[in-house]
Amino acid sequence: MKRTALHEEHVAAGARLVPFGGFEMPVQYAGILKEHDAVRHRAGLFDLSHMGQFWLTGDRVAEWSDTLTINAVATMKPMQARYNIFCNDAGGAHDDTIFYRLGDRWLLVVNAANAEKMWDYLTASAPSSGVALENQHGRRALIAIQGPRSVEMLQPHVDVELSPMRYYFCAEGRVNGIPAVIARTGYTGEDGFELFLDGERAAEVWRTLLHDCGPQGLEPCGLGARDVLRLEAGMPLYGHELTEEITPVQAGLTWALKLNKPEFVGKSALAAQRERDDYARIVGLVMGGRTPAREGYPVLQDGRVVGEIRSGSIAPSVGNKNIATSLVQPEAAAVGTGLAVEIRGTLHEASVAPLPFYKRAQ
Amino acid sequence: MAQPEDLLFSKEHEWVRLDGNSATIGITDYAQNALGDIVYVELPKVGATVAQFANIGVIESVKAVSDLFTPMSGEIVEVNAALESDPAAVNREPYGAGWLLKMRLTNPTESKTLLPPAEYEKIATD
Repeated sequence: MKRTALHEEHVAAGARLVPFGGFEMPVQYAGILKEHDAVRHRAGLFDLSHMGQFWLTGDRVAEWSDTLTINAVATMKPMQARYNIFCNDAGGAHDDTIFYRLGDRWLLVVNAANAEKMWDYLTASAPSSGVALENQHGRRALIAIQGPRSVEMLQPHVDVELSPMRYYFCAEGRVNGIPAVIARTGYTGEDGFELFLDGERAAEVWRTLLHDCGPQGLEPCGLGARDVLRLEAGMPLYGHELTEEITPVQAGLTWALKLNKPEFVGKSALAAQRERDDYARIVGLVMGGRTPAREGYPVLQDGRVVGEIRSGSIAPSVGNKNIATSLVQPEAAAVGTGLAVEIRGTLHEASVAPLPFYKRAQ
Repeated sequence: MAQPEDLLFSKEHEWVRLDGNSATIGITDYAQNALGDIVYVELPKVGATVAQFANIGVIESVKAVSDLFTPMSGEIVEVNAALESDPAAVNREPYGAGWLLKMRLTNPTESKTLLPPAEYEKIATD
């Protein structure tokens, strides 16, 4: 089991560590609900160093990337970040990622569990396309600060102006004097920043931020809180709402599908699927009762199985209701449709709700 | 933390407070801490008869579903209805307001198979 550069910080803080994506990662510190509350109302600090970081260089990065992804890469402005999905020929998701266009290179952030698969996939075609790849997985660290007070907490520690930075843009600067890519991105549904920096200096930044911003309510947060936050915010998690079998069209991510791009892997399959409109799709569910819906539970309509739960959790930001995502047949997908979730042999009421479940006040 | 002295414990981290032929049952502080934030408790129906160590319900935290076992045999005479709206009471006061159920014991001598506080303490150390 691999450890991140912040492993000792987690142990010292009494975090509960679990295996995730090949790393020993903190699932919680003080408690998932308390950490969730910190992110929604103040700010939370996350170690996301398990995620894969690849550097891409060369004049043809955008052109090459556009042949492998569903969203547009070439139209990205300098210092812009963009969500993107690599698909297989059938349109299933190979991975969902974020591209960051930096000054002299690109940063591609991939899911931890897919990092090896993606590295093999990219290195198969990059060299012949004139793109140089550098694998920083496990060497570079990623610290995220997320929550409505992120700007005021982080600003004294960085040498770039945070307020003018737009959502999904980034800057190359310093955090506590340490070189970092500072990006206004995240996976919680709140304002916040992600800091990409050298693993060897990451612990200093982690400690300083917690020490200096602790009095303002900054709390270390684990992957447990992160999963509740992203689910409330309607963001897909690879392996749940997106897989090699579940396409971005099925996951409702057509906003990221640029069919006006020239040929790319999966394009014809995705275009045809979208056209047919007959596919099982990801919907949001709100449970009527207090019993949580969990991954794999059957979803029924009028006594007939029409799908299954893909993610589920109690949702403090959605009236403390139990929410879930489900992959259901198209006839069961309209908002307001009454469905049932089978939990330990008993049917529990649920209804299809619009995604996201939670949207922050602007 | 030290275990309350007036209780007996199972290896599955339940506690039992004996009162003649009746018992109150809950989960230990160690168990609630290991589970994390508890969001749902499913208990047997009043009147149900349960056998020692049988699976009688579930306790769900944010992340996980865990089975609940009964440390003794008996008939359920009361369940803690307050947990329906406030399952977090099990986290806050596992030995108090977070009790789970009361039963009339059908075999009180089973208490001999349970652990005294000092014995339980040995298995409930992180």
